[in-house]
This record gives sequence, structure tokens and C-alpha cells, in this order.
Amino acid sequence: MPKTRLGAAGATPTRLLATVLVVALVVLAVIGPWIWGDQARVPDPAHLAQAPSGAHLLGTDNLGRDVLARVLTATRRSLVMAVGATALAVVLGALVGALPVVLGRRVQRVLASVLTTWMAFPVLLVALFTTILLGPGATTAVIAMGLTMTPVFGRLMQTLTAGIESSDYLVAARMLGISRRRQFTRYVLPNIAEPVLVYITLNIGGALLALSSLSFLGLGVQAPDFDWGRMLGDALPAVYTSPWTTVAPGAAIVVAGIAFGLAGEVLAGIARGQDSPVRAARTPAPAAALGTPPPGAGEHTTAALLTVENLRVEFPTAGGWTTPVRDVSLRLHPGEIVGVVGESGSGKSVTAMAIARLTSSTGSVRSRRLDFDGTDLAALSDSELRERIGRRIAVVFQDPSTFLNPALRIGTQLTEGLPDHGGAPAGARNKAVQLLDRLRITRPETRLGQYPNELSGGMRQRVLIAMAQMAEADLIIADEPTTALDMTVQHHVLRTLHERCHEDGSAALVVSHDIGVLTSLCSRIVVMYAGRVVEELSVDALLDGPAHPYTRALLASLPTLDTEVEKPLDTIPGHPPHPDEPIAGCAYAARCTRAEDRCRTDLPTLTPGTADATVACWFPLTPRTVTPRSAT
Amino acid sequence: MSVVQHWHRETPSPQHGAAETGRPEATGTSRRRPAAVWWRFVLRRAGRTLGSLFVIVSVAFVVVRLSAGDPVRQALGPTAPPSLIAERRAQLGLDLPLWRQYADYLGGLLHGDLGTSILTGQPVTDVVEGRLPKSLALAALAVLVTLLIAVPVGLTTAVLTREGRRRGLELGFNGATGLTTAVPEFLLGTGLVIAFGIWWPVLPVAGSDSTASYVLPVLALAAPSSAVIARVARVEGLKVLGRDYMRTARSKRLPTATLYLRHALPNMLTAVLTLAGTTAAGMVAATALVEQVFNWPGLGYALIQAISGRDYNIVGGIALVYATLIILINLFVDVLLALLDRRTTLLER
Repeated sequence: MPKTRLGAAGATPTRLLATVLVVALVVLAVIGPWIWGDQARVPDPAHLAQAPSGAHLLGTDNLGRDVLARVLTATRRSLVMAVGATALAVVLGALVGALPVVLGRRVQRVLASVLTTWMAFPVLLVALFTTILLGPGATTAVIAMGLTMTPVFGRLMQTLTAGIESSDYLVAARMLGISRRRQFTRYVLPNIAEPVLVYITLNIGGALLALSSLSFLGLGVQAPDFDWGRMLGDALPAVYTSPWTTVAPGAAIVVAGIAFGLAGEVLAGIARGQDSPVRAARTPAPAAALGTPPPGAGEHTTAALLTVENLRVEFPTAGGWTTPVRDVSLRLHPGEIVGVVGESGSGKSVTAMAIARLTSSTGSVRSRRLDFDGTDLAALSDSELRERIGRRIAVVFQDPSTFLNPALRIGTQLTEGLPDHGGAPAGARNKAVQLLDRLRITRPETRLGQYPNELSGGMRQRVLIAMAQMAEADLIIADEPTTALDMTVQHHVLRTLHERCHEDGSAALVVSHDIGVLTSLCSRIVVMYAGRVVEELSVDALLDGPAHPYTRALLASLPTLDTEVEKPLDTIPGHPPHPDEPIAGCAYAARCTRAEDRCRTDLPTLTPGTADATVACWFPLTPRTVTPRSAT
Repeated sequence: MSVVQHWHRETPSPQHGAAETGRPEATGTSRRRPAAVWWRFVLRRAGRTLGSLFVIVSVAFVVVRLSAGDPVRQALGPTAPPSLIAERRAQLGLDLPLWRQYADYLGGLLHGDLGTSILTGQPVTDVVEGRLPKSLALAALAVLVTLLIAVPVGLTTAVLTREGRRRGLELGFNGATGLTTAVPEFLLGTGLVIAFGIWWPVLPVAGSDSTASYVLPVLALAAPSSAVIARVARVEGLKVLGRDYMRTARSKRLPTATLYLRHALPNMLTAVLTLAGTTAAGMVAATALVEQVFNWPGLGYALIQAISGRDYNIVGGIALVYATLIILINLFVDVLLALLDRRTTLLER
């Protein structure tokens, strides 16, 4: 409930400061005029315009009145005016906000456009009209201020009530036959009270500043009355001879402005439930030991393009550190296409992003070895990475609707940042056209001048793929590259990628949850589960029947042309473990039909199984027992 | 080939949903469509501007006519002889029927006649003509300075504090901008007058005689709004930096300047310019305050004199000028945003 959340305000320094300031202002407003009221009004011809002294801490004004007493006394008037104006705005705003309910659609639209124009009018302009009508004075200024803020509250109420109108609980209340009055007091009011309260607090501060500026100009409080703005206005002509008279009212305005501003922000923070965030990033990354070196580690196979050994990726969260990638080792050779498969949450995408150094910078990426074509990637700074690797590693991202920049033309996004030997801009454009054409995008020249929103989702995905190919990278890392495409285009795009690697010997690391896509594209498959590689094998070995029960379950959940339509597809019962769950033993044990006690206590390591496969399982299956056929 | 298709990828994300569902596949005809949409938008927006102007003009007429009884009596004071009042009323056309007055007033406005001063009989246009450029210069410079300070500062702070880095800088930034916002223009101006008029007289604190005299008034106007816009720019910047397309840009290993200026900046401009429009509208009125502080011979200065002299014809005339400026600024910003916003969602709204 909102009330309890607001009530639960603890004592952070900001909250404390805001509370102390607001309480002090309110107390001063109540007692100020009683204590210092007389002193503030009575002129003293013997002490005209005196500088601050023991008798008059902040000096006297040109009539000999004590400045401090006047500032303290003026607290009430300044505050009451600000609160009054805000109250007026809330009442009028509620009326304006409620109007659309009773008005027709046409009138509603007119009202909306009136509100938009009205909102643009600053308080001074509104005050000019009210002053012409009513003459200058405190009431006039308050009315002007209230009218200025009205559309803001009107909009707020409109938005809030519209949201609640359609909410489930109000619909339910209506169906239960709860009276309209009770609906409002029990359901609507408590739910809009909180944001309205935040707005009110912020606006009291704003109103106080604006009202003091009106008084300063002579549009507000008139002599002999005074508020802080009026005091400043009166002090201005004498600013050279007695500058101290401006200091106190100025400081009062600033303090009051800060007080309500802070209070509003604190309330807003509490309302959002974000005021006491757990700054997890404070705790250093746990220095857990990296996994044991994989089979064949340290061997300097000169042929390898990418070597990853014992990659571990950790991110800070509210509750501590989470480890989406626990221990991943893999190796890619030029021209080779390797697939990484796993359910969502297996850490496959994070692995790909960590290799390309595109994970969030708050995370920690560690490994025994992260080697690209003889260069230790982990040792490079960002600028060194830009210089030495540049676009030799290209990335194809997952979601075509968010990974293209909506503000830039397709042509710009395709041709920018290419290495110099990529040729002149015209050369780059020609190449972009060729690539788009090859990916079966219609009228590729026109597309270069268009913005992403003018393209369909499938076209955008192909643009992302073309972008990765523009730079003639040696390694393409593709994160779910074909999920947005329909079957025929998907097939075509995969073939293009395949041809490319075949022709110029670049390698690709393709991440997918779809083992079917990978078997048709890759030569080798890495199966990931809960941040670890559980099996790595050639596609032939995979089709012969994988050794790990998880890989086999993935294959079995795949429909083929032979699958009987009536029979439900096999699914894997249970869920993969959460990345920050500590796991002893094999992470898959909880879902595995073959699991025994050992699986739950001892972690199996990758060990060579058959000729072209390694598997991390205590009880691997043998190839012969497999039933499903080729997935393609 | 797998038949497991992921239909949910085909559904547009909420962010781009509006633009996408309308035209699933852009074709040749889409080249002409935006132009038609564009002109419809401009016409509708111009119509709204005219409507707003008409309403404001009428309100000004009614308000001045109703002003606390009798504007002439207000201006000439309670001791003025009845004959003088009657004479001045006839001079100003106030003895005519109300509809005639309204028609004359509207006709006059069309010919650029804002009425005449009740006190001096001087046309309001004369008062405005000489002073408006001085006020506009202040407001325009202040908006320019605001944007030049706020956008780079906001974006830079966003880059430095992204992903929860540099908490100290974030706190300092929020504190400094919060404090600056709590000091209104006239107060900052007064402080500047004291600082540069008494303690360190290197800059003129009154009048508009030299280029240097622009410095302090513009500073007083620009500082509070810079703080507000810098905050918004930082929040918007953080939002943009967290977007997926920034990761795409990073994957191209672009130079830092290209990364932030080409890829991030255009995407935060819509929000910043929307706010800048409101700020510019407020700036027009805030000049009155600053002119008062710095004895700036602009429109606001004349306005304050007219208010203290109860010359409501001048006050009404100047209010009309302000209102017109603000409405035009809004039109300008709306059209500018529509031009900048390539996603064209703005046009369809």
C-alpha cells in the first residue's frame, strides 16, 4: 500500500535534510510573525540602512527595520501564498482533469489543445492578465500562479485516472457492485494520492520561487506588506549602498526552494521504491578460481583463430554478484563455423558478447586465455582494441528492432567506420548495395537512404548481417542471427553466411537456442548449460547421437518431418538454474533422468569421449542408443 | 530445417510498435505518403496557432475592458476631473458600443495597432518597437547559451556516470544542478550585480551600451535553465547509452567522438528540444525580471513602468506581444521536432 511506503521513510542524509528544512520552514511560518512581527514593521529613524552588527545581525533596511526580523516574519506570507496557489491549482486541475469524463470526444480534443497552449504560458504572462483584471496584489499573484499550474495538475490527474479506470481491481470492484463513492475513496484516491503528493511538494517549491519573482516585479505583495520577493525588490535600488539587505531574503528564497525541491525528490524516490538502492557494485568481484584447464590447453595450435580458455563472466546485482558464464573454453579455426546452443539463461549470448568485449563495463570478465589470431584480447585497452583488432571481429545482433539506430540512415550505418583499405566512400556504398542484394533485399540503392523504421523486421535483420560482412571480418560472432526471419529467408541467409566463410576463410561463432539451425550451418556444436560447456562435438557425432543427456534432450525436443503430428513433442521438465544459484555437482542433475548421487556432489569435467567429442558427464550415453534422425 | 518458429519475434516491440504496425513493409508509395502527412501536420498545427492567437487576443480585450472597473479612472487616478476622464474616454474610443470597440480592436491588430497608452496617448507599438529587439536579443542569446552549456555537460556526465560509474560525480552533478535551479533568475542577477558592481567591477551591470553588457544578463537568464536541461540531457543520455543500437555502434569500434556525437546525440535531441521550447517560452517572460535587475532598456522594463503607472493598455499590449512570441516559439519547436524526428511518429500523433 502506498501509505505504508511513504510512512517507511528512513533516515538517509537527504531525507533528513529535507525533513529538517521543511519542518523548520513550517515552524517559522507559524511562530515568525508572533515573535518578530512588531520588530519587522516598526521603522527606526535612528538606525537607517545600517550594516550588520551585534544589535542587527543582518543589518537594517532604508527605514531602519531589522532585516533578519523581516525575513523571519515574511516566511509565513511567502509559504502561505505558495501553498495557496498550489491548492488552487490542485482543485482547478482536478476539475479540468475530470472534465473529459463528461465531455464528448470533440470537446476533449479541443480541451487537450487548449491545455497544451495553456501549459506553455509562463506565470508572468498569466499574472499580467490577472493584474489588469484585479489590480496588483498578493491575491492576484496567487490566482495567477494557481492558474499557471492548473494545466500541469489537470494533465496529471487525467493520466492517473485514465490508468486506474481500466485497471483490473477497479473493473473487479465495479463488477462486485461497490458504490461509486466507495470506489473513489477506496480505490481511486489512494492510488493517485502518492504521485499527486510528489507533484504538490515539487510545485510548492516552484510556486514559491515564481511568486517571489512576481512580488519582486511589483505584481505581487504590495507595501506595506512584504514577502521575500518584495523585500528583494525593495532592496534592489539600494543595492550599491546597502547590499546586505538583499542577502537574507535571497538566502531565504534559495533555502525554501531547495527544501521543497529535495522533499519532492525524496518523496518521488520513495514512491518509485528506489530511494534506498542496494549499490551492489560496491563489493568487489569475488575472486573465485577459474576452472581447470580444458583438455589440450596450453597447446599452441598455430592454426587456431580464436582460443578461449576458462572464461568466467560476473555481473553485480542488487543481491551480490551473479555468474552467467562460469567456465567456458572453446576454439575456432579459420573458415570454421561453430555453433553454441543452449536454453535461454545458459550464458551463450554473454559468452559471445564477452569475446567481442561488448558486455556491460560493470561486469568482470576473466579467463586463462582469450586469444585472437595471436593477440591476447584481455591485455588490450579499448583504444588498442580499436587500433589492432578494429573490425576484424564483427558482431551480428539478435533483435532487429532495437539494434539499428533509428536516427541514422541505413547507408550510414552500413558504411561508417570501415578500415581505410575498404576504399573510398563510393566503394563502400557499392559494396553495401551488393551485400544487400545478395541478401535478397529489394531495391538496395533506395534502402541506403532510408531509416530503419521504413524497413520490415526481416529486412532490418539482414541489414544487421550485412553490417557484419561489410568489414570483411576474420571472425563473425552472431547472436541468434536468424530468429527474426521467416523460413525461406532464414535458409537463404544461412547459406550466404556459409558461402562467405567457405570463400574467404573467415570463421563464425553462431549462438542459437535452435539446434536445428546450427546443425544445418555449423561443423561443430558447443552445448552450454548453466554457464558451462557440457558437450562439444562435431555435427556428425551429434547426429549419430550425443553422449550428454542434455544434448540428447535438446535433440529430442526438435520436431522433424518424421515426427508424428498427434504426439506431443518431448520437453525437458524443470527449469535451468538461476545464474547466482550455487551449484555443487552437475547443474543438469536436477532435471536429468540418469542422475545419481555422484552427479549432485561432484562436478564432471570435459573429457574426451568418442573421436570428435568431449563431454562433461559422469554417465554419458553411447552413440548407438539414439533414435531421432537428422534434424534437418 | 527446424519448424519451430519464434512468432514472438515478429510482434513489434512496444517502442517502435506505433510506427511498425502502420506499415509493415515500406514500399515505393511510402515516398509520397510522408509529404502528405507532413503538410497535413503543418496545416493542422498552423490552424491551432491561429486559434490560440485569437483566444489570447480576445481574452486581452475582455480583460482590459473589465480592468478593475475603468481603465481610464485607474490610470488617471481618483482625483482626476470628470471632464478629463470623459475626454480621454472619447479619445480612446471607450464611449462606443462594446462590439464596435472589439471590431475596431481586431481591425487595429491586423494593421499592427496594439492600442494607445492611456496616460500619454503614445501608441503601444512605439513602445514595443524600440524595445522588443533588445529583449529578444537577450532571450535568444540565453537560449543559445543554455543549449550550448546544457547539452554537452549533460551528455558528458551521462557518458561518465553510465552503468552506475563515478557515484561521486553523479552526486556532485545532481547537487550542483539542484542548487542552481533553486536560485531564480532575478536572484542570481542581483547577486551578479553585487559581485560585479561592487567587488569586482570588470563587467557592466547596467544598461545595454556595449557587447560586454550582455554577459551578465544572459548569464543570469541561462544558468537556471541550463541546470534543468543538463539534468534532462543526462537522464536522456543515460537512456540512449543503454540502448541496443549503441552496442551495435560499439561493435564497430568507432572513434569515441563518432560513437557519442553521431549515434547518441541525435537520439536524445527530441526530449531536450521539447524542454528547450518550454524554456524559450519562459525565457521571453523572464527577460522582464532580468531587465529590471540590470536596467536593460527592453520590453520588460517598459512593462514594469506601465504596471506601476496602472497603464493597462500598455500592459495588455505587451502581454499580447509576449503571448504571440510564446505561441510562435511553440509552433517553431513543434515543426522542428517533426523535421528532426525521422521516426515520423510525431506526425501521426
